[in-house]
This record gives sequence, structure tokens and C-alpha cells, in this order.
Amino acid sequence: MSLASIPQNSRLGRTLSVLRDVMSRPSGAVGLCLVVFHLILAVISPYIAPFDYRTMNAAMMLTGPDGVHFLGTDHLGRDVFSRTIQGGREAILVTGIATPIAVAWGGMVGIFFGLIGGRVDEVMMRFVDAFLSLPWILKMLVLIVTFGTGIEVLIPTLAFFYGIPVIRIARAATHDVVARDFVAAARARGQSRMTIMRKELLPNVLDALMVEGAMRWSWMLLAFSSLSFLGFGVSPPTPDWGLMIADARGFMSFAPWGVLGPVIALSTLIIGINLTADALAKALGIDRAQKAPV
Amino acid sequence: MTDTPVIQLSDLSIGFTGRAGHTLPVLRNIELTVRPGESIGLVGESGSGKSTVALAAMGYLKRGLRVLGGSATFEGHDMFALSRKELESLRGGHLALIPQNSGQSLTPTLRIGAQLTEALRLHSRLDPAQFPARVLELLGQVRLPDPQAITRRYPHELSGGQQQRVAIAMALAGEPRALLLDEPTTGLDVTTQAHILELLRDLARETGMAMVYVSHDLGAIARVCDRVVVMYAGEVVMEGSARQVLTAPTHPYARGLLASIPKLSDPHLPMALGGRPPAPGGAGDGCAFVDRCALASDLCRTSRPMLAPGPGGAPVRCHHADRADTLPMSSQGDHAARAEAGTAPVLSLQDLEIRYSKPGILDRLRGREDTRPATVDDITISIAKGETLGLVGESGSGKSTILKTIAGLLPPADGEIRFDGDAPLPRSVEQRGPDHLRRIQLIFQNPDDSLNPRHTIAEILEQPLKLYFGLSGTALQDRCVEILERVRLGGHYLDRLPSQLSGGEKQRVAVARAFAANPDLVLCDEVTSALDVSVQAAVLELLNDLKAAQGTTYVFVSHDLAVVRALSDRVAVLYQGRLCEIGPSAEVYALPSHPYTEVLLGAVLEPDPDTVPKLTADDVIELSPPAKGCPFQRRCPRKIGAKCDTDTPPWQTRDDGHAIRCHIPLDDLHRQQHADS
Repeated sequence: MSLASIPQNSRLGRTLSVLRDVMSRPSGAVGLCLVVFHLILAVISPYIAPFDYRTMNAAMMLTGPDGVHFLGTDHLGRDVFSRTIQGGREAILVTGIATPIAVAWGGMVGIFFGLIGGRVDEVMMRFVDAFLSLPWILKMLVLIVTFGTGIEVLIPTLAFFYGIPVIRIARAATHDVVARDFVAAARARGQSRMTIMRKELLPNVLDALMVEGAMRWSWMLLAFSSLSFLGFGVSPPTPDWGLMIADARGFMSFAPWGVLGPVIALSTLIIGINLTADALAKALGIDRAQKAPV
Repeated sequence: MTDTPVIQLSDLSIGFTGRAGHTLPVLRNIELTVRPGESIGLVGESGSGKSTVALAAMGYLKRGLRVLGGSATFEGHDMFALSRKELESLRGGHLALIPQNSGQSLTPTLRIGAQLTEALRLHSRLDPAQFPARVLELLGQVRLPDPQAITRRYPHELSGGQQQRVAIAMALAGEPRALLLDEPTTGLDVTTQAHILELLRDLARETGMAMVYVSHDLGAIARVCDRVVVMYAGEVVMEGSARQVLTAPTHPYARGLLASIPKLSDPHLPMALGGRPPAPGGAGDGCAFVDRCALASDLCRTSRPMLAPGPGGAPVRCHHADRADTLPMSSQGDHAARAEAGTAPVLSLQDLEIRYSKPGILDRLRGREDTRPATVDDITISIAKGETLGLVGESGSGKSTILKTIAGLLPPADGEIRFDGDAPLPRSVEQRGPDHLRRIQLIFQNPDDSLNPRHTIAEILEQPLKLYFGLSGTALQDRCVEILERVRLGGHYLDRLPSQLSGGEKQRVAVARAFAANPDLVLCDEVTSALDVSVQAAVLELLNDLKAAQGTTYVFVSHDLAVVRALSDRVAVLYQGRLCEIGPSAEVYALPSHPYTEVLLGAVLEPDPDTVPKLTADDVIELSPPAKGCPFQRRCPRKIGAKCDTDTPPWQTRDDGHAIRCHIPLDDLHRQQHADS
């Protein structure tokens, strides 16, 4: 099927036209390229890495960049370039799974409370506020200390914590929609609450959720790297940007390349996601009050 | 009166660059001359470019628009050549604009006095010491009672009409020589609108300023303007004195427009104007109106007519202006389909009481009753099968509230609703059975709000069909097409989104969705008030045809008395959530009337320069009904004394079913009203 033959009003047609709009904006084009670059890199990096990320070399500790080790070596003599290109795999995998889960459950709960409104909604939102007022790292560390580290803990933990702010966004977006007559029309017709949420509210809240999801992803990446930095994320010797920065920061004054590689990789991915989210918000016509984390 | 024009637009064309790089004109060769002291009305339907003309006269263009040719001058200044600074000094000073909803554009955090002082500081050359006196003078000029008290109020403490008056006072602060008004009374109640229009008439006479009055409402134009310019698809199609344009129009569009307005004096359905205006740039070489014109010939398709004096001398843009008088210009549509007499009531409301406020937690714990008067109270109406009941009243009269309660969206505080002789209907929609849900359908005021913007027309129509009839597959598809054809739209609309339809088409889809359920009772909530008059006429015609074909019962809510008259068998008049009068429509619109009905009817503006509104009551908006006595006691021009304040008036019923709730005996009321008219 050629692109032109896709009906304009179908879901696929709309997705394509939004994508085209995002690509036509400078921030969208740059951002999407960065994100796609990182995603491709995460998949192919084990096959193109010049060195094994585990191989230590006591004779080559903290050497500077040269023709063999493009980004030098770390304090155990491992190739920084090979570790950097593979250092995002874990982070992208964990956050890539946790983000859709966070948006899905947060969105569903938010739409539900936005629809029912009234006192229950008010009380629940105060709980959400109270929860959000605690520093995230504190809550996260309590859970990790209790359940331990590892992907099977990190994914649900991140998905849970990052779903809670999504509740607020989804509820606010629902509030704008719920007062409109088409919702009253659906109620008057006798549609069930589930159908109203799925058919009438969700399509109108989806744009806001998509932009929010992109934003949550970049926050989550940062959180994941922070946890690794503190030693609660990925366990060595698996390469990870947060962990690499933590390891190399002691030698920063005379061997800055150990920090530079992972920092550039992490920043380009987060900037890429933020630029894409920005362009997406503009393409979808959503005002974004929340600013980027970096 | 000198002959130097205040505002002159010469051969002005304005347009934008379309997606494909073509220049698309929004206005084409506009000629408009406004002389000092003159009031000019710019009439046209939405999208005809009338607001763009008004803004261009101020030297302002909306984003993306640019001047393609011609000029706009104000007192000799070329408005599109002036610097930003020069424009600033003219705008708001000698040339003032009152936009739509200007009452709501007052700064909410500033007192009225401070806002007017600011306008004076910017636009008058007075000594600041004189400002307070001038503020009071301005407020007096716009006939606000007790100006001293008004200066200390905030905008939200004023009614819509009072806010509009303050906005006019602000425009007057710079002693303008020309005032541009863009739909200044749209959205106001009929009585408020009539008062504002009288004020504008008087102001124009007192100050000698020129006015350009932009409106879709020919009734308002007829009241305020000396000359009328009719616009269509970005062109001036006719220009002339108000009398000439409104009583003997020579352009087919002007005649069609007049025919599509429902009139109080005429119980016929208005005549719809088929088709829709061309999109900007889509007019082609010929006349822009050709596709909708009954007189169109081959000449009209190939050559664009010039604005030239027609029969009667008024400039008209038509090749066949001499034959225009063969077209009808009054509503010669059908009589509304009538109910068969003596059928059983399909819906009866018994002592219905509706409250929006809930007692607070403390009061509930202490077991206190809510003593505030209910929003809607004491509504007892029964509607026969196949009948159309019109509910009229100003905003806040509770007419839409009653519809929501019948539909189950807003449970009543007391009273019961019986449907088709059954046991009382469950109060809320969640408790009602599928059969009741299907048989009662609701159509909303604004289709932009009642159609989900993310659903295609097919998805919109499928919802009731799946829900009530369990249709699927090709049966569902065929039924959707069939329903669309019944509202005179075709199957090719199925894949479109509401945003790709015109206002009238959207409302047809909303009507189609309601009729997809095969309902017995359709509740229409101001279904035509968001539409242009010619489209309104088409929707009314559609509703009438559907009723004739299916014997549907309607409850038709509207603030427009003429629309209600055209469609209804019986009419109920509401004030502050209480019934004032109910009866067969011919009787309600004739004497005697409840004093409130009399006030409403007196304020209706007909598109005829000879009708004068009778304004007998103030245009104060009451926010809550009085605790006891007659609901209309505070505004009633025929109030007889303390009895009206304390005793609820009795129903006085005549043989024909016409009932009026008033303390004045009907014979006395009739005599008084007859003597006044």
C-alpha cells in the first residue's frame, strides 16, 4: 500500500501526518535522529564493539585516546569506547519497558478519577500530592533496599513511581474533556463508564499522554542512571553510563575521557528525547508547562 | 453633515497565501464609505468577511492576511501606511472598536472606575483632575443607574448587559468619530439586546459619530442602521438604505436571507437557502452566489457581475437584479407538522423540582433542610404524542436544566417524570432501562461540543446502533448510510471527521445520531442557536420532516421566540425556573399574555425598519428566584402590589388550554395590554 492510499482520517493516516509534522520541525528532526541513532546503537553495539567490555588490561590503565582505543581506557584497562556504545543497552531496555507501563496505568487511573470527579477524586489527588512531595530518590531507595536490585525490581519500581505524575496529567486532560457535551451525550445514551472512558475520553487525552510519556522516558533514564551511579542499578561488570561515570569520576582530573564518553552518550539521548517531545507537543497542539530535566 | 467620509475603503482586497502557494482572496474589491453621523450595517453569514472588513477599517489584519490591493482610509489617513505609533494613537481614540463579548474582556481585577480612568489617560486630552467627573459622565451616558456605585464595582459584579455598557463607555472615552461594533449584542438576552441597541441609536444621535455595525442579525441591523451593506463570500453584493435592503432587496442572496429568518408575525417555517458559500478563492470566474441562486444563468457562471445600480437605484452585484423580485422573501415554508388531537400524553412532568446546590456537610449533619429557593420548581407539564412543546425563556430560566433532568443527566430533587404512561422514570440515567434510554434522545446546542472531535461520522452514528440494536458488519454500515441520507447527507460523509464539516452539516449529524435510536421523544436544546440563519432554516425543516415521517414528540428549547413559534404546537414560558404561561402557540403569542411574555415579545426585533421594540421592563439579570411570591415580581411592569411579593400567583386557565400564572384577572390583563398596544 502506498502512502497516498492510506485514508487521511484513519489512525495510521493520522499517525503518519503527525510524524511528518514532527520531522518538519528542526527540533523534531534533530531529536528523532538522536533517539533513533541511540536505539539502533543499542541493538547493534555488541556486534560492532572493537573490544570486549570485560577484557581488562593491567598494562593499559587510564591511557588516553588513540587510534586503537578511540576514547582511551579506564582504570582497569577496559576500552571506554566499547563500554560507552554498549552502556545504554540496559538503561534503554529497562526504561523502554517501564515507560509504557507507567503511562498506561497512570493514564487509566487519571482518566477514571477525572471522569468520576467529586470528593473521591479530590481525596485521591491529595494522596498523589503527598506522595509527589517526597523526594523520589528516598522512596526509590527504600524499595530497592527492601527488594534488592536487578531488572525484575527496577522495571516495576520505575513504572510505579513514574506512573503517579501521569495520573495528574491524565486527570487534568480528562477534566477539560469531561464537561463537554459529547460525554453528556454518551451518558444520556446509556453507555457504560468503561465505554465512555475508552471511546470518548481516551482518544482526546491520548495526545497529552503521548507527550507526557516521552517526557517521563527522559526523566526515567536520568533516574536509572542516577541509581547506577549510586550503585543500586546495574551490577558490574555490565557496562552502564551511570556506573561508568561513578567509576571514572575519581580520575577525572588526569583521565577525563572516562567520564566524557558516557556523559556525552547519556546527554545526547536525553536531549534527543526532549527535543522530540517538544516537537511532538507542538505538532499535536499541546502546551507543555513542564520543562525538560536537563 | 459634511460629505467628507470618515471611513473609506476603496477597491480593498485582502487575502492569504494558501498551501499550494496560490493567493486566496478573503475580501474582493470592497467599497465602503462611511460619512460622519452615519450608521452602516454590515450583514452576512459566518465566513462572509464582515468582521475582516471592520478590522481592516482599523488598519488591522489577522495573522497571515495581507492587503492585495486597494486602500483603507480613516479621515484621510491611509491605515495600512501608518506607523505602529500613529495607529496606536488613532485606535481607541478617534476610531474605537467594540468586539464581540467585549463585556467579558474587561480586566477582572480592576474596578470599573479604574478601567475607565485608564482609558481616559490613554485616549483623552483632559486634565487628570477632570477624570473622575468624566468617568461619571460617561457611565451616565451609557444609562447605567447610580454611576458612583458602579465605579467601585468589579466587572464580575455587573450583569452581561451592564458589562457591555461599560465596554461602550470605554470606547466613548476617546470621543471617537467612528465606532466599529462587531456583533456587540450576540450572546445577550433578547431584552438586554433591545436595551443596548436603543442606547446605541441614542448615542449615535447625541454624539454625531459614525457607526459601523457588524452583525448577522437583520433585526438588530434594522433597528440601528441607516444604510445596510450585504456581504457574501468576501464581496459586497448589495448596498442601500435599511428600508430598501430589508423590504425590497434586489439581490437574490439578500432575499434568500430574509426568507430564512423565522418571524414572530408569521407562523410558517422559514425557507432554507440550499448549498453553502464557496471557500476563499473558490468562487471561480463567475458570480460567487451562482451555485445557490434560483436565477442563475450561463452568464452568471462565466462572468463576475459588477456592483452597479440596480432597480430602485441601490448598487447590487447581480446580472439578474431586475428579476430578483420574483423570488420570495418572506417565510413561505410549510406549516409545522401538527399533532393529532386527543392522544395520550407521552411524557408528563409532575411537580418537578431541581436544585444545583447541595446542602453543606455541617447542615446535613445537623439535619437542616435547604431553605434556598430551588433552581427549577413546580413544573407540571404533560406532552401528547406527536406534539412539539416549545420551552422559552431568557438565559438562566432553567429551560436546558429541565431537558437535562428529563434525559436523566441531572436527577430532580423532587417530583416525578412519567414516560408513556409507565411507572415514574428512574431519576438518573444510570438506573434507566435500555428501552427508555433508546426512546428518549437529546440533541445539544453546539455540535462542536456534542460530537467527539476524534470520531469519524461513521463511529459517531455506530454508537447508538451498536448499543440499542446490536448491529454489526454490513448491516451496521448500510444503516449508517441510510440514516445519513435521511438527514440529507450522503454515505461519502462516513469517513470524515466533524472538523471537516460545516456547522449545519455537523448539526445534521447530531440530529442523525439522535434519530438512529428510533426515538419517541427528542429533546432539542437550542439546536439552532449556534447556526447561521439560512442553515437554521434548513435544520428546522429537517426536524419538521422527521417529525412528519415518524410522529416523533419534541421538547424544543430556545431563547428565540420566533423559532419556537415556527415549530411548536404548544409553548411554555419560563422565568427563573418557574412556569409563567403555557398554551397553544397561537394563543401564547396573542393577548392576553403573562407580563413576562409581554416583555419578551416586546423586545423581539423583526427585520423591518418600521417595528419598534416595546421595552417595558429593565434588563436586570436576576441570579436567583425570590423566596416567595411571583418569580417575576422584581421586574414586572404590571405589578399590582404586596400580593405579588408574598403570594404565589394562581394558574388562570381558559377553555382552550391556555393558562397564565398571574394575580391580575385575565380580562383585566387583556384590557390593559390591548390599551397599551
